[in-house]
Amino acid sequence: MYEKNGEKYFIVDTHTHYWNAAPDNWVPGAEQYAKGWIECFHAYQSLGPGETHWPIEKFQKYSEDDLMKDVFEDGHADVAIFQPTYLKEWYKEGFNTTERNALLAEKHPGKFLCNTRWDPRDGDEGLEHLRRNVERFGSKGVKLYTAEWNAGSRGWKLTDPAAYRYLEACQELGIKNIHVHKGPTIWPLDKDAFDVSDVDHAATDFPELNFIVEHVGLPRIEDFCFMATQEPNVYAGLAVVIGGLMHARPRFFAKVMGELLFWVGEDKMLFGSDYAIWEPKWQVEGFVDWQMPDTEEFSDYPRMTTASKKKMLGLNAAKLYDIQVPAEFLVPAQAGEPAAREDAQLVDDRSQQPVAGT
Amino acid sequence: MTRGPAAPPRTIWHALETVRDPELDEPITSLGFVASCTVSADGDARIRLRLPTYFCAPNFAYLMVADAYEAAAGTPGVRSVQVVLEDHFAADAINAGVAAQAGFVASFDGEAVAELHELRAAFLRKAVLAGTDLVCRPLLAAGTAPGRLRQLTLGDVPPSRELARLRRRRAELGLPSGDDAPLLIDPETGDRVGAEAVPLHLRRARVTRAGIEANTSICSGMLRHRYPAGR
Repeated sequence: MYEKNGEKYFIVDTHTHYWNAAPDNWVPGAEQYAKGWIECFHAYQSLGPGETHWPIEKFQKYSEDDLMKDVFEDGHADVAIFQPTYLKEWYKEGFNTTERNALLAEKHPGKFLCNTRWDPRDGDEGLEHLRRNVERFGSKGVKLYTAEWNAGSRGWKLTDPAAYRYLEACQELGIKNIHVHKGPTIWPLDKDAFDVSDVDHAATDFPELNFIVEHVGLPRIEDFCFMATQEPNVYAGLAVVIGGLMHARPRFFAKVMGELLFWVGEDKMLFGSDYAIWEPKWQVEGFVDWQMPDTEEFSDYPRMTTASKKKMLGLNAAKLYDIQVPAEFLVPAQAGEPAAREDAQLVDDRSQQPVAGT
Repeated sequence: MTRGPAAPPRTIWHALETVRDPELDEPITSLGFVASCTVSADGDARIRLRLPTYFCAPNFAYLMVADAYEAAAGTPGVRSVQVVLEDHFAADAINAGVAAQAGFVASFDGEAVAELHELRAAFLRKAVLAGTDLVCRPLLAAGTAPGRLRQLTLGDVPPSRELARLRRRRAELGLPSGDDAPLLIDPETGDRVGAEAVPLHLRRARVTRAGIEANTSICSGMLRHRYPAGR
């Protein structure tokens, strides 16, 4: 938990990793991809404050002690949610697997939730593996990376028939939360791999599931925002927004936050540090201190209150994951009006409009 | 063999300034994507391009390399062109495909089903929306009512770089861009935006611009980390 000016914040870090990207885990013949991937992540870290940058060697493989200190002791988290990414074509034991995450979760009961993952191209075997993972790790969520390379395929869409089988399986298995992470490749390669319209369709067809679009659809924020207004079960994962913009580009951070508050609303935005890309400490503390700038450029964006921040930093995620939050951290029900409510009329107008990509 | 005078690098550079990152809608020159650009005395142009990450989307990367090739090849005095994308997972396929002028489908055998015209058009439409915000924001700040904006034509708006840019993007898409064209149009159809749709249209224009600006911020930060100044 984090306390500032007498206000107490219950922190759920919805996006953390415990990866091994050191050279001893690189698949022979695919070293360039394994190296390219972790160097790309490392470049993201450079967008945070200088004193939080790590040397690449530590970034490739950090320790359990690093994680526990950075996320819980210094980073204020009450609960952290692991979001695995496998990439087994590049990393021998996988980049960041459910099994590896669970090693920490088992040692530190009550601290972590272990989400798992699936890949629709893995067929019946993958479905069976998903069942076993849910049984073994108690996963209530999955992280889906649509740009993963798999046996010659460079990616997939949520609307693929095979993906619908897995979404149906999620419903049966009690998985509620589908975290979607888009990447740069897809089949076929001439399509926009970052397009989020497939999430739109899946969210309509699976109303009992929640779809959390990670890094708010970046680099397709506008498409994500427009889609999120129309789907009650679509949420914004703030990983990368806070880490990548709040320090490096505060003016654009304010604009993106303003757009999210307007289109998505403060009840559907979830903090995630994306650790170890960025340490959570500066993100949590900076976000609590942050205010929408008071200049004309930002005048028609919704304002953010202490209650808004409490929701985004933990209470919204606690609802999705049935995490019990002590009463002292809760916000009064009256404070629960979405920040975008004042603009609801305008947002409702969109129902008469044709929607790009659907 | 006779040949004209060799193109000076400055001419090539000006040609490359017309090549844009389709997602960010900025020239590859100002984005720092041109690592080097030389022309020999005989007119052989050699261009090296670099991107913010090893995994930047291959379709957009292909467009930039192919556009750079065409821009350089169209420069007077240039005899041959070689464009090399560096440090990218699909560099070999892209560089070979562009050098052979093979097109995207042939360059990514079995992995693509169409050329990139529709992708380019989709991002030009985003650029039109973002450009609409750039042009309309000062008008709104100066007191023009949102409803009044839909009655304005491009010729009614005071000239500015932003307006000229919006006209060019619209023209590229085959959308009306003359003085008598409405300021607010649907970038899909070119039709004037309906009165009841104006507030939402302006909101979409604003969020599209915010998205592109955020992407540009992140890409430029990543590029700086990858290629620190002086390296």
